[in-house]
This record gives sequence, structure tokens and C-alpha cells, in this order.
Amino acid sequence: MTPEVLTLSETPWLFTGVMLVKIVVAFVATLLIVAYATYAERKIIGRMQTRMGPNMTGPKGLLQPIADGLKLFFKEDIIPSQSHWFAFILAPMMILAPAFISISVIPFGGDLQFTYDGILYAVPMQITDLNIGVLFIVAMAGLGVYGIVLAGLASNSKYALLGGIRSTAQMVSYELAVGLSIVVIFMLSETLSLRGIVAAQQLPLWGLDSVSFIPNWYIFCQPLAFGLFVVGSMAEINRTPFDLPEAETELVSGFCTEYSAMKYALFFMAEYANMITVSAIATTLFLGGWGGPFFGWINFLIKVFAFMFFFIWIRATFPRLRYDQLMFLGWKIMLPLALVNIVITGIAILLW
Amino acid sequence: MAANTETMTINMGPQHPSTHGVLQLILELDGEIVVKATPHIGFLHRGIEKLSEHRTYHQTIPLTDRLDYLAPMSNNLGYVLAVEKLLGITDEIPERVQRIRVIMAELTRLKSHLVWLACHALDIGAMTVFLYCFRERECVTDIYEKVSGARMTSNYFRVGGLADDLPNGLEGDIRAFAESIPEHVEEYEGLLTGNKIWQKRTIGVGEISAEAAIDIGITGPALRASGVDWDLRRDNPYSGYEDYDFEVPVREGCDTFDRYKVRLDEMRQSARIILQALDKLKPGPTLADCPKIVLPPKQEVVSNIESLIHHFKIVTEGFKTEPGEIYQGIEAPKGELGFYLVADGSAYPFRMKIRPPSFVNLQGLPQMVEGKLLADVIAVIGTLDIVLGEIDR
Amino acid sequence: MSDQAIVKKLKAKFSSEILDVVEFRGETTVTVKKEQIVDICTLMRDDLGFNLLCDLCGVDYMGRSPRFMVVYNLYNITTKKRIRIKAPVEEKNASIDTVSTVWGTANWHERECWDLMGIKFNNHPDLRRILMPADWEGHPLRKDYPVQGPDREPYQGRLS
Repeated sequence: MTPEVLTLSETPWLFTGVMLVKIVVAFVATLLIVAYATYAERKIIGRMQTRMGPNMTGPKGLLQPIADGLKLFFKEDIIPSQSHWFAFILAPMMILAPAFISISVIPFGGDLQFTYDGILYAVPMQITDLNIGVLFIVAMAGLGVYGIVLAGLASNSKYALLGGIRSTAQMVSYELAVGLSIVVIFMLSETLSLRGIVAAQQLPLWGLDSVSFIPNWYIFCQPLAFGLFVVGSMAEINRTPFDLPEAETELVSGFCTEYSAMKYALFFMAEYANMITVSAIATTLFLGGWGGPFFGWINFLIKVFAFMFFFIWIRATFPRLRYDQLMFLGWKIMLPLALVNIVITGIAILLW
Repeated sequence: MAANTETMTINMGPQHPSTHGVLQLILELDGEIVVKATPHIGFLHRGIEKLSEHRTYHQTIPLTDRLDYLAPMSNNLGYVLAVEKLLGITDEIPERVQRIRVIMAELTRLKSHLVWLACHALDIGAMTVFLYCFRERECVTDIYEKVSGARMTSNYFRVGGLADDLPNGLEGDIRAFAESIPEHVEEYEGLLTGNKIWQKRTIGVGEISAEAAIDIGITGPALRASGVDWDLRRDNPYSGYEDYDFEVPVREGCDTFDRYKVRLDEMRQSARIILQALDKLKPGPTLADCPKIVLPPKQEVVSNIESLIHHFKIVTEGFKTEPGEIYQGIEAPKGELGFYLVADGSAYPFRMKIRPPSFVNLQGLPQMVEGKLLADVIAVIGTLDIVLGEIDR
Repeated sequence: MSDQAIVKKLKAKFSSEILDVVEFRGETTVTVKKEQIVDICTLMRDDLGFNLLCDLCGVDYMGRSPRFMVVYNLYNITTKKRIRIKAPVEEKNASIDTVSTVWGTANWHERECWDLMGIKFNNHPDLRRILMPADWEGHPLRKDYPVQGPDREPYQGRLS
């Protein structure tokens, strides 16, 4: 029996209900991962740096993120008198919203089947399967920069302004490289839907039955694009070694210098949410999404966490790049490489 | 159309995470490029030179701890040597005292360089090195605590000797620590030296030629990284440094990377000196035989009335010196630390002028950063290894 | 070159300028008149090789005339020799020519000397206070400046 697909026109109430459940589950899961990503980062970096990390709040410090959140909730919310209050309040929201919205198009698993009223329904484990999913994500990543620029401008502080300028330049230049590096993915998959891209990666490598144990993940045929994407997205989400906008030893705290309390926390949530989003996109585009030995979303989470561990590890290892070197890397190395990769992939597709 | 450009003035410090204290820099920026850098100092001025004119020679020793608070024993050593030179008892210092002073001065050099590397790396963004360095620095502070009771402001050396002998078993601790240093330095080098980003951030940054460096008066590792082979420990030896076999690392690059390499090599050499001094360390007195200057041993003070009177007189009145003036420079971790003492024959220094290495080295900062990027300012502040305690005195 | 030879050379060129030569604990101090201090210092740097000005400071001999002494501690990096030059400066209108044209390092040292001792350096490029606040009154290292600061009772020790 082939399962029915839920649609808004045929079963509006069921569809809405299922949708709401999916949204709530995805949102809560993301928030929890954000909270515990901070804990994991502190613990992992602590271990790498021969220290303990949080270990006093709750068993093994597990309640630390919650305590931090509570503290920040109850702190006084200071708006500098010389700042532009509206933009100042808007900025953290503008940075957080795109970070969370991107989650909505990412598939975490295969179809979930359930019976309702005797009819078998299949529900994709994805909030919505947008047919231009990749473009949507790139667009949302582009929106995130507005928050940082606004924060820098509205604070009316020179350090914040410098941070804002840095991050604009950085995000704009790396977005190009990142965008171009994933063009090859839809050249291969011939779809922009993230679900379609994952489905295309479930086949054996290059359609060869002799190596059927290796899945057709795009990391194997596009390692260069993968590298460019990971480095570029690290720059886009301002993680070390590209954390120039908030380089605390140069610009105090960069664009969030003047922020306090929950607004400050929102910036940090956005940073970690972005980290999750980027890990999820990399998983979806290059590592075969939910495909793997375990049950759907478990594979997905394992890959996402592996990525996040990688980002944290990088942070413990690398010093920070300088502004001009960052621009050099973005425009003179990564962009040409991404373009060359597109040309070579195009020729290869034409030939085979 | 010509763009209407304006420079932006930003006020870096005195509260800023990477000005290493209360240094204030007024930076004029054109975008991210520094057009002009003006250091403002004096926020930590405590008037140590003025205070010392109202204290006996011994009472000034604790003040010297507060100069370069990352290397207190070097300051103690410089001051104590200056007073000994003024008194003319330089040759009467017992051998054991000299050895222990060398050990402590080199441990101090390691301590200071560890903090320098930690902060320098953190400024450039390498967080892990910071904690690794502080792990080793902790061993030195432990040794400090065992010899002097204090972890930072040691106040251990005395005019004519030491406050006390080394406690039992400490020699083993020091030896173990010194033996572990080369291995640890390798570890830091593994994290930084070959790292492409570290190289990009340091090679060619903050260059200063040998002539310019001498003109500005830069001394110590920063001068040696500009190719000037000069180290007071070897060239004007004091406290018995001529007995030890060590190399003076010199590099020609004149930039931040070479200053980094020179200091790392110095750490290895310091460990060598410590091990040699430990080998040569023999039991003996820890105070010179100058009853008018050094305090009598505690045992005699409680059993002998003359010693008690002596003790009382030295503590309350201090000791008198001949009128005259001397200058004593030592190779402190940051450069030449000099004490210029003028005596008028009383128990108080008539004038004490401290030549703090950081004060002079900081003068080179505008020259090294103008025309460079904002991020280079941070790297250069780190590489100059300044301590505001001795700049502002 | 021994210290005597250096002093001899100095005397040959500036015989009328040299007031006194003292040796104490193996260190030679040459006292010179302040008028030609720049020329003397240039000679020290160029002909005698004292390329490093280690330290420059003022000393206040209150009650003596001239009251101040500006002290230059020189070092020769090639021969590793030290020598000290002193120049007396009278109390009234205390000033001396700057040597920051000879050694760049003198810039901050002279600012410090002006700030704490109140000796003016003629032709100095940037003679501002350096350690004390810009609006500070008085020069703290002078002997007539109270150690506890202006307008305050002297510290008597803890009363307990």
C-alpha cells in the first residue's frame, strides 16, 4: 500500500497539526542543541587546554547552560543613551531569526509513516521541502549580515562599528565563494530541493555496483567543493580563525561590545544556531544527509555533531587571521578555485 | 570624483583586553590602517622613585617587586646588585648566594617569557597556548612560594645575600622543572611555529632595523631579534654569569616572528643555565660577612645581646653608604633593567632612577605600527612584551 | 679604549666645557657645562661609539647651586663600556638643550625628566607630561615636593 501524502487541501487539520508538531520539535531540538553546544564547547576546549570546563552546576556541570540563560534573562538590559534604540533592539532579532529559519528546509530523516482514520500517511521529516531549498538557505545566510551591521551601527561605538564593517566585508566576500562552491552540487543532482539532493546521494558511488558499499556522497566526487564550503562557512558564521568581527583582543567584542543581558545572549545563540545550520547544510549537501548505518535522524545528528566538534576543535587550535589576509583568501584563492571547480565539473558532466 | 575621506580616532585602552594593563593608545585609523599611534602612559604611576628616597635601602626592595610584576626577582636582583656596588661589597657575596640568584633570575626569565608567550598568542587568537604556558608558569610560582612565601611579589634577595636559604628538597623540584622546559617549548612551537596563520600574522609585522632599534634604545630580546648580538649576562657579567656556558640567540629578521623565536630560544638557554647552576650549587653561607650591612642570623639575635643591638640598629636606622653614584644594569627578561643610585652618605638613597626596559621599548611602538593594520598593533604590543608596572613605576 | 682615553679625547675637543671627572667603583663620571651638551653627546656617539643612551634623568641637589644635575648614562654596544655624563642646571629657568636629536630614545626620558623634575629641554619635539596627568601642578621628584602629595598631612604611621 503506498502511503498518502499529507496535503493542505485534502486534510487541512491533520496537515496543520503535523506541521505544528514538526516545527515545535525542530525548534526545541535546535534550541537545546544551541544550549548544549555552549556546554560542549566549553568542555571540549577545556579538555584540550588541560582544564576542567564547567563542572559545578548540576552533575558534571550539565545545568550550566540553563544557569547562564537564567542569569542573562534577569540581568539589566542596558541600551546606551547615544544609540539608536530601535535598530539596537532589532539587531539581535535580525541575526537570530535567519539562523533559525534556515533549519526549516533541512531534512533530518526519511519519511515517517503513520495511520490515521485507516489511511496510511507519509510525513517527510522536514518542516517544508522547498523546491529552491539551497537558494533559500543562501538567502537566509545573506540576511544574517544585516543584524551584525545594524548592531555595529546602532551601538554608536567605534569598536562596534569596526566590527560591523569587518563582518559585512567578510560575509559578502565569503558568501560568494560558498555559493559558488555548492553550485556543483546541483549540477550533479539536477535539483535544488535539499530532499532531492539527499536522495541522489543514497545511490552507490558513481552508480557503480562494484563499490556499492560506498554511498554516492558528494564529498567523494567533490572534495574541493566540500573544503571550500567548510572553510567559507566558518568565515560566514564568524568562527575562529575567522572571528574578526568579534575579535575580542582587537575590537573588545566587536559588534556586540555595547550589548548586555539577553540581547547579548541572542548574539551567542545566533552564533551557535548558525553553527548548527551550517553543519546541517554540510551534512545534507556533502555527507548524504540522513543516509547511513543507523536510523534516519540519528545518522543526521551524528554527522552534525561531528561537524560541530570539528569547528570547536579548530577554535582551540588556530590563531586569528588578519583582515587583509582574510580578504585575500576569500577573493584571490577561494573564489577562483570555486569557479574552476564549476568549469571542470561542467566539462565532466558533458563528457560522461 | 575624489572620495571624501576622514580618519577615525579610536581610543584603545586604558581598559582594553590586549593592552597588557593600563596602556592607552590613541589610534588614528584610515579604515583599518593605522595612520598615527600615540601611547599615553602613567595610569599606574605610584612614584616608586620618590618613595625610595624616604626609605632605607632595605625597605626599597619590596617596592622593586612591583616594578615588573611578571619578573619580580629580576628587579630584586638589579636593585640589590646596585646597592652592593654602591657599598663596594660586590666581591664579598658568597658563591652559594650568587648561584641561587642566578637560578632565581633565570626562573624569573622563564616565568616572564611564559606570560609573554601566553598573552602574545592569545592576542593573536591562539587560545590554547595561553593555558599551556600558564600551566608551566604555575610551577615557577610554586617555586617562588617555596623560597619566599609569596607567589608574585617575592622580595627574596637582600643586600649582601638572600632572605633565607633554599628549603629542603627544592633543588630537585627546580631541576625537574628546568629539565621539562625544552620539551614544553617544543610543544608551544608545535602549536605555533609551523602554523601558517601564525606565520602570516607575525612574519614581516612590526619590523624595526638594528640602527633604529638602538636609536630608540630598544634592548633585550627585541634588539637581539634585529641582529644585535648583545646580552649583558655575557658582555658585562654580574652575579657570576661568566661561569655558565650558554648561547645568546640572535636573529636577523627584525620582525615579530623572530622576536618570538629569540624568546623561545632564550627559554631553552635559561633552562640550561639553571641546570648548570644547580650542578655547581654547594652548601655555604647565604649572607655576606658584612656585619654592618646584613642582619645577623636569627639564632644569634635571640641568644646574643650584641647581635640583638645590631639587628635593631640595622632594622631601624638602615646602613650608611659612601657618597657617590653608580649605575647597575642587568639583563632582565624584557631588556636592560638599570638602577642609577645617587648616595649622599645617609641611610636613604638620595636619588634612585630606574631604567625600565619596557618604558624604552614601548617608545618604538609608533614607529613599528604606523602604516600597518589595526590587528598588527595588537601583535606589536604583544611582541614588545611591555609591563605597565615598570613603565609607570 | 679605556675610560681615561675617552676622557682625554673629550678634553681635547671640549677642554673648557669639562668641569670635573670622578671615578667611583670603576665608573667614570664626567661633569660638563650644559651649553654644548648636544655637541658633546654627538661626539660621544659618533667618535667614541656610545650609541646607546641607557638612561637620562635629573637629580635634585636642593640647597646646592646649581640645583639640578641632568645625568646621561651611556653605553657602547661594541666595546661594552659605560660612561656617565652630567650637566648642571641652575634652578632659575631650569632648562638644557635636548639630546633627542642625538639619540631618539631621549625623547621619552626627557619628557619624564620634565614631568617629574621640572627641567625644560629646549627644542624638544614633544615636551608634555608623561607619567603625571596633563593638568598636574608641580614636579613630584623635586626634593621640596612632599612625598605624601601636596596639601596633605605627612603620614605618621598607623595609629594603633
